[in-house]
Amino acid sequence: MSSMQHSTYTPKSGLGRWIDARLPLPRLVYDSFVAYPVPRNLNYAYTFGGILSIMLVVQIVTGIVLAMHYSANTAIAFDSVEKIMRDVNSGWLLRYMHSNGASFFFIAVYVHIFRGLYYGSYKAPRELLWILGCIIYLLMMATGFMGYVLPWGQMSFWGATVITGFFTAIPLVGDWIQQLLLGGFAVDNPTLNRFFSLHYLLPFMIAGVVVLHVWALHVTGQTNPTGIEVKTKGDTVPFSPHASAKDGFAMVVFLLVFAYFIFYMPNFLGHPDNYTEANPLKTPAHIVPEWYYLPFYAILRAITFNIGPINSKLGGVLAMFGAIAVLFVVPWLDTSKVRSAVYRPWYRLFFWLLVADAIFLGWLGSRPAEGAYVAMAQIGTLYYFAFFIVLMPLLGLIETPKRLPNSITEAVLEKHRRKAGDAAQPAAAPGHEA
Amino acid sequence: MKTILKAAAVLGLGLTISGAALAQEEHAAEATPHYPLVKPVEQSWSFAGPFGTYDKAQLQRGLKVYREACSACHSMNLVAFRSLEDLGYSEAQVKALAAEYQVQDGPNADGDMYERPGLPSDHFPSPFPNHEAAAAANNGAAPPDFSLIAKARAVERGFPQFIFDIFTQYAEGGPDYVYNLLTGYEEKAPEGITVQDGTYYNPHFISGPALAMPPPLSDGQVTYDDGSPETVAQYAHDVAAFQMWAAEPHLEARKKTGFVVMIFLLVFAGLVYLTKRKVWANEAH
Repeated sequence: MSSMQHSTYTPKSGLGRWIDARLPLPRLVYDSFVAYPVPRNLNYAYTFGGILSIMLVVQIVTGIVLAMHYSANTAIAFDSVEKIMRDVNSGWLLRYMHSNGASFFFIAVYVHIFRGLYYGSYKAPRELLWILGCIIYLLMMATGFMGYVLPWGQMSFWGATVITGFFTAIPLVGDWIQQLLLGGFAVDNPTLNRFFSLHYLLPFMIAGVVVLHVWALHVTGQTNPTGIEVKTKGDTVPFSPHASAKDGFAMVVFLLVFAYFIFYMPNFLGHPDNYTEANPLKTPAHIVPEWYYLPFYAILRAITFNIGPINSKLGGVLAMFGAIAVLFVVPWLDTSKVRSAVYRPWYRLFFWLLVADAIFLGWLGSRPAEGAYVAMAQIGTLYYFAFFIVLMPLLGLIETPKRLPNSITEAVLEKHRRKAGDAAQPAAAPGHEA
Repeated sequence: MKTILKAAAVLGLGLTISGAALAQEEHAAEATPHYPLVKPVEQSWSFAGPFGTYDKAQLQRGLKVYREACSACHSMNLVAFRSLEDLGYSEAQVKALAAEYQVQDGPNADGDMYERPGLPSDHFPSPFPNHEAAAAANNGAAPPDFSLIAKARAVERGFPQFIFDIFTQYAEGGPDYVYNLLTGYEEKAPEGITVQDGTYYNPHFISGPALAMPPPLSDGQVTYDDGSPETVAQYAHDVAAFQMWAAEPHLEARKKTGFVVMIFLLVFAGLVYLTKRKVWANEAH
């Protein structure tokens, strides 16, 4: 299937025809979000792309208004955020939406990424689609990190100090890169200014890459839980109203959970130390990044030993960046001919172990790096890399997949027959295409 | 096959979790002691839960405790007198209260700084001219500002408690900590714990066995006009609630708005779900 299929858009009014002959933007929207055919068997795991686009809009809109009240100067940054919380009309709402919005953006992106890994969404011909997604994720991490520095609390300052310190591990140019990032020798006013500038810029770069991501998606079409490509028109339903109604429901439920945190637990996902103004002379007892970086933080600190010429500090930084870099080559690491984990029992097992491992590493990232925690983080890190570098290529060669259905429609009807059989009811009426 | 795989997955998860639990125990036994030595005891607060509101009488008492027992050392830089109307005071009362303070203003037309009575738009003046003076007067440790202390202090809840907290909406770690600290001083440290000179043993202190602040409250220290007991426990409760208000003055509006938003989203979710069902009714999927 491809979106290169014939456009079915027919403008109804004279004005519509006039515009269509000059700038066929309505045609593009119609073909992409109305008539665009999506597999009929998409489950709720496939709604997170839509949820992510909503979250990007929420973050940009609240962020722009917050920027109207915020001052990126170390002398007044902390107080300016408190002014938003106290004196700006609905400022507390904007700020809590934005700070919790970052967390929920990451919750959605993690579900989205794991969904891709489960259903093999990265496999040919969707490699570029996947890589664009990885770029978005990297940009999100940079944006989130710099945003966390802006309130100029204790964790802002010390988190920035620790994370920019990673770059000094790079041989030869490390110190130079760190000084370029900081605008000096330590985190200070120039750092805050450039982070604010970049924090405002990066979301628009994300939006740009999202356009490419969606474009690539609409060229190849979506995958689906069976992993079998769309073969006939009967395998699909039009995006509107089918996918839009389903995505819409998922979005509202997601917003419900989001609202629960904004209004009832707004500081649950943050760190109390960030309500103390940054003090370069007082180091907090435990410096921890935001929760969504914790697995990578655990990987960073798991490398406590030198590997040949690579000392443990550089090794940790390489492991941390490697943990993200490995995602970029996933399409070529997976050697399986079958796309979806539904038909790959062994891959499915190791996939769920990877999910558990990621949560485990996240918890370890929040613990001090001492004693048994280090050993556990090393085991977790080992499994993380082994999953991608060893298991993924190996399983594709040795695993016997289950029998695949011939088409999406067959899989759907099979599921319905089974359901109807279980309920001991007469066979349910299949869809009209059947 | 499927059941074997499932069993293996469960086993793997089980091993991981038990390993983690084991490590936690080992860790507790070996490394440095964790502070606070005693976990805070949860208190009941009027502002807890989805419909929580501030108890204005309690906030007024807390303000009195702050002014009479704390404000000689602790500033509250972010709180303006005008916001005290939230506590149930009239505009005139706030004006009179602000005027009890002397605030530095200026420079005037002659270029001189001068003192004048406080206005409702002023913030609580600091007891010390600057951070250095505050530190110098207090054995090198400047007393922390009170504006955000109820959100800036919280004892880590640990796994799995922090997951239950999502469902119980536990967000009172700050005031719980303050209450426990203020009522947690003990005359003598148990054996094996060394208390440095000039510090006071308090197993509820978050970053050590003892802190530089002597017990700030004593029974009968502050007079209440509403018949509330004049005890350390009552003072501690009241001032912790007051600090929560100072840190989160819009808490009531937040929870009220939240209720409306939740109801709206629930109804909306129901409607969208019905729409979705209708759309997909004739489509096997």
